[in-house]
Amino acid sequence: MSAEIAGLCLTAARDAMAGGDLSAAELTDAHIAQAKAAKDLNAIICENFEQARVGAAASDARRKAGEAGALDGIPLVVKDCYCTKGVPSTAGSHVLDGFVPPYESTVTANLWRAGAVLLGKANMDEFAMGSANLNPHTGPVTNPWQRANDPAKLVPGGSSGGSAAAIAAHVGLGATGTDTGGSIRQPASFCGIVGIKPTYGRCSRLGIIAFASSLDQAGPLARNVRDGAILLGAMAGFDPKDSTSVDRPVPDYEAALSGDIKGMKIGIPKEYRADGMAREIDALWQRGAAWLRDAGAEPVEVSLPHTEFALPTYYIIAPAECSSNLARYDGVKYGLRVAGDNLQEMYEYTRAEGFGAEVRRRILIGTYVLSAGYYDAYYLKAQRVRALIADDFRKAFEQVDLLLTPTAPSPAFGIDEEPDDPVAMYLNDVFTVPASLAGLPAVSVPAGLSGDGLPLGLQLIGRPFDEETMLRAAGVLEEAAAFGAVPALRVGAS
Amino acid sequence: MNLVQGSTGDWEPVIGLEVHAQVVSQAKLFSGAATEFGSAPNSQVSFVDMAMPGMLPVINEVCVEQAVRTGLGLKAQINLRSVFDRKNYFYPDLPQGYQISQFSQPIVGEGVVTLDMRDGSSREIGVERLHLEQDAGKSLHDQHPSMTYVDLNRSGVALMEIVSKPDLRSAEEAGVYVRKIRAILRYLGTCDGNMEEGSMRCDVNVSIHRPGEPFGTRAEIKNVNSVRFVMRAIDYEIERQIELVESGGTVVQETRLFDAGAGETRSMRSKEEAHDYRYFPDPDLLPLVLDAAWVEEIKAGLPELPDEKKARLVADYGLSPYDASVLVGEAENADFFEAVASGRDAKTAANWVTGSLFGALNKAGLDVADSPISAAQLGGLIDLIEDATISGRIAKDVFEIMFEIGQDAAAIVEEKGLTQVTDTGAIETVIDGVMAANADKVEEFRGGKEKLFGFFVGQVMRASGGKANPAAVNELLKEKLKG
Repeated sequence: MSAEIAGLCLTAARDAMAGGDLSAAELTDAHIAQAKAAKDLNAIICENFEQARVGAAASDARRKAGEAGALDGIPLVVKDCYCTKGVPSTAGSHVLDGFVPPYESTVTANLWRAGAVLLGKANMDEFAMGSANLNPHTGPVTNPWQRANDPAKLVPGGSSGGSAAAIAAHVGLGATGTDTGGSIRQPASFCGIVGIKPTYGRCSRLGIIAFASSLDQAGPLARNVRDGAILLGAMAGFDPKDSTSVDRPVPDYEAALSGDIKGMKIGIPKEYRADGMAREIDALWQRGAAWLRDAGAEPVEVSLPHTEFALPTYYIIAPAECSSNLARYDGVKYGLRVAGDNLQEMYEYTRAEGFGAEVRRRILIGTYVLSAGYYDAYYLKAQRVRALIADDFRKAFEQVDLLLTPTAPSPAFGIDEEPDDPVAMYLNDVFTVPASLAGLPAVSVPAGLSGDGLPLGLQLIGRPFDEETMLRAAGVLEEAAAFGAVPALRVGAS
Repeated sequence: MNLVQGSTGDWEPVIGLEVHAQVVSQAKLFSGAATEFGSAPNSQVSFVDMAMPGMLPVINEVCVEQAVRTGLGLKAQINLRSVFDRKNYFYPDLPQGYQISQFSQPIVGEGVVTLDMRDGSSREIGVERLHLEQDAGKSLHDQHPSMTYVDLNRSGVALMEIVSKPDLRSAEEAGVYVRKIRAILRYLGTCDGNMEEGSMRCDVNVSIHRPGEPFGTRAEIKNVNSVRFVMRAIDYEIERQIELVESGGTVVQETRLFDAGAGETRSMRSKEEAHDYRYFPDPDLLPLVLDAAWVEEIKAGLPELPDEKKARLVADYGLSPYDASVLVGEAENADFFEAVASGRDAKTAANWVTGSLFGALNKAGLDVADSPISAAQLGGLIDLIEDATISGRIAKDVFEIMFEIGQDAAAIVEEKGLTQVTDTGAIETVIDGVMAANADKVEEFRGGKEKLFGFFVGQVMRASGGKANPAAVNELLKEKLKG
């Protein structure tokens, strides 16, 4: 019974509660049971079950009083880099051990105002840096999916891998993620769910522990496009306390899902057909274009000539910003402090012990590219290339309404198959990074299975602040794909 | 050209100043926390100032307006687009691990400041730029035997850094420059200029070179916190560099500290130890874009500034340029003078204000704002002289009493019976007495020794207790001595 309730998607659970067929208390209990059963996935690093039950009861009382909000009684999982008042928030880092924020992020505050319930905090790559959730401090997250006839544990992708694994395992009806270079879309692809990165500036960054400020953007991970649209509507909005937040009204994203994409022009960027693209990925991409054509849209080949420079550009800008953003973790004010004989030693010991290898690597890269004598050659040049990449998109959107690409170059890989070369890991982001650099909205929709039975996603990229068109087409893609496969490690999966 | 003589010839010092001025505003540059001086440690710290995870800066428009006002007051270019950068370095009183500042695109560009020198000449000093930046917190090393405490009240407070061109040539000019900048800021209400409380501090760059040759290597003296110290540090540094170079050494580019106790500058860190600040545009903030019409609005609302006030005092009151420049050094002084001079003789007013009053205030260590004699009271005293109620000499005594007890001049004159005697009958009686007592001198006078006239005036004034009207005394004496 419990797994059945947890099996309802957000839209269905919302409608059931509105119809009086389900209480928030029952719904939350079912998800707590699901979370306990899925504990081995290590998707949740901070459980909030007791408070969730209290919140569910309060939600039922509100509904009785006729004051239910848009997400009332909906249990959600929140990525650990969102500061949640009174609940530990560490961004998966040892350096923030024991940090309990006395404030709430704007995005989660918006969700709680709509009536949602915090089930727990999701595991993640440390400070959102990574594509596999192989976090040495919090432990790896296991993807609920497995290859056909192969018990090898797979990664959920990253950095919002805990969020993605939780949703795929029916732990929570939706999750928040953050996307800097693909951190929502790639794990959504790996876990067979929907992940939305809205336009930069659409969601407030206030209270989200920063990785790279000019790229970080909050967004939802959900079981389907409609759930994602509902969540995004609640998360988004102008925040005067975030200078990069944009003041424009939040449309009704759910209402945008009309299914009508007739006459829409869908760009197929030729530069994304990289050498050595897996045949099954290419095939899926072509299938996706065909589905959209069948629904009345017109696929058109377009060119984004600077695509090949996106990844190196990203891996200069993101580390540069991170090297500065993470300077505040110095052992002085909060979180970890490792004492030394003097100030310099305290800094060195605290940061050496507090940060994992990947974070240290990016801080070093970022410090290097910003240093005197290298700034022009690296950071400044990267900013120029970033402008060219954004211009590629601007020109493409003069011809087309949306762009269609694969989300990731491969399905999920094994936890034991982590590439030795960090650059090989960075290649996971090759299709997601360009839209991040241009600040554009993008969504990953589960569209098919790999040869060995793992989910694969397709990505749609939209015009700035035109999430509605993007989600409408995503809904069409979702329906055409009719992705009905079920992960092996989902409790209650048949 | 201001040259300093060394043992091997003449040297010209070159000086540039960076003035850090705390912006007058209720809240900090990027947070809503208060900025009041002297509050309990860490009582004015927001989550942003403390660099809590996920916190973001939001520009305080009041601080931007103050910077624009200041730029306009310095007759400088206002940049309608400027950028905030991060200056990265680790220190416990810098919670973010970076200071938000403006590096390559400051809010204010080139301007000019006019200096009025004591000899009546004037000098134009270029302003290179003005930018907005955050102040750091304060490390407290004396609270615990082995630990340093940090007070973040100042962390994030808005500062304007005003950078001069290397146009100054002596400690005296530097002193006049700092005072002039302070006066402009105070007139504008953009900085209180209080150097003791640290709301204005200076970094001083000094080099020496042979006239006609390229500038020498400069040393920077950090955080000098009074005009006097700025001048002393410069003089010391010029002398140090000349001695160093003349004895075969070379000046190295370095940061130095001024030790006020020892009256010397000391090396703090060399160029090699200097930080690489890794400046880059702060991605949490958009470029600051100003509306030209808004800048014009601010310009239209600027108060009268020292240079304009000085010109007006010279034109309207006939003051000498130097006297006028001294008066306008503080707006309060000039206002006081104008209140006294209004409807009265300007020269007399200027003498009483700049001479008697400022002298007395200076001796008592008081500002004009704390003056025991108000402008109206000083005006009243002058009026008593003008209408011949008291003599100039009596007025000096009355002034001293006024300064002591703060009473009106008329009341003091009344109470002490100091009213000038203009009754000719009474004066004649006194003159008669004096002439009778000095009959021999009367004879000598009448015999042609006219120099004795002064003697008789003195005698009569003394005999009247100083109250006789000197003009009447003169007139009557002349008549009576003629016989």
